[in-house]
Amino acid sequence: MDRIPILKLGRALLVSIQVDIHDRLAKALEEDLSERIVATGARGVMIDISGLEIVDSFMGRMLDNIAAVSRLLDADTVVVGMRPAVAITLVELGLSLTGVKTALNVERGMALIGSGQYEEFDGDDAPEGGDERNDG
Amino acid sequence: MSATTDEVLPIRESDDVVRVRQAVRVRAVAAGLGLVDQTKIVTAASELARNTLDYGLGGTARIETFTGSPERGVRLTFADNGPGIPDLERALTDGYTTGGGLGLGLSGARRLCNEFEIDSVVGQGTRITIARWK
Repeated sequence: MDRIPILKLGRALLVSIQVDIHDRLAKALEEDLSERIVATGARGVMIDISGLEIVDSFMGRMLDNIAAVSRLLDADTVVVGMRPAVAITLVELGLSLTGVKTALNVERGMALIGSGQYEEFDGDDAPEGGDERNDG
Repeated sequence: MSATTDEVLPIRESDDVVRVRQAVRVRAVAAGLGLVDQTKIVTAASELARNTLDYGLGGTARIETFTGSPERGVRLTFADNGPGIPDLERALTDGYTTGGGLGLGLSGARRLCNEFEIDSVVGQGTRITIARWK
């Protein structure tokens, strides 16, 4: 696999990392995502890491970088699906990913980055439901 | 305590770091480590394998499973013939890096293991042994 696929859903970009990836692939994802944010005008990026058995300092830094770059490009990033053992290990490693928003699952993640964006979206491929706007 | 399995993997390129992670996972499962312990030793292995590649200019990872009472677990040895680490104490400090990383590799790996030993000679290389048991 040369690239991790990036899907577009409404105004959000979705990435699901399903296999153990090497460092170059992780760097490529960082670059690809930045380009897609600008090309699509996406307001949110959701990264599903439920398939990852570990997150080490390199991958942690990559997630942090993606969140920081997205923010500069006017998009919110949320990381979803972190396994409990991964969370415990990351904290012990010394990485608490303070710059990255997280959500337990895809549904909650979409609510987080979807908040306040659908009303201005007039496309016909708008995602169904999800935006309950109960955060106010 | 006796070593029941023993394998040595090369670390020469980025893909090898992935292979080391996967092999360590298999051994950790075989040793009977729980999920959190598995995750910790695999994560530590990933940090050290990457260090072996990036700073040690390549080397090897040796994976041993030991069974005994009361301890069962995995012991890993990362060895390279790279430039060595001039200031070990500093290298083990959180946030200190001579590369582009976060400086959490060594110090973090140490926190994730029950046993951590480092032996480095400038100009000759570095050998790090870690173990995690239940």
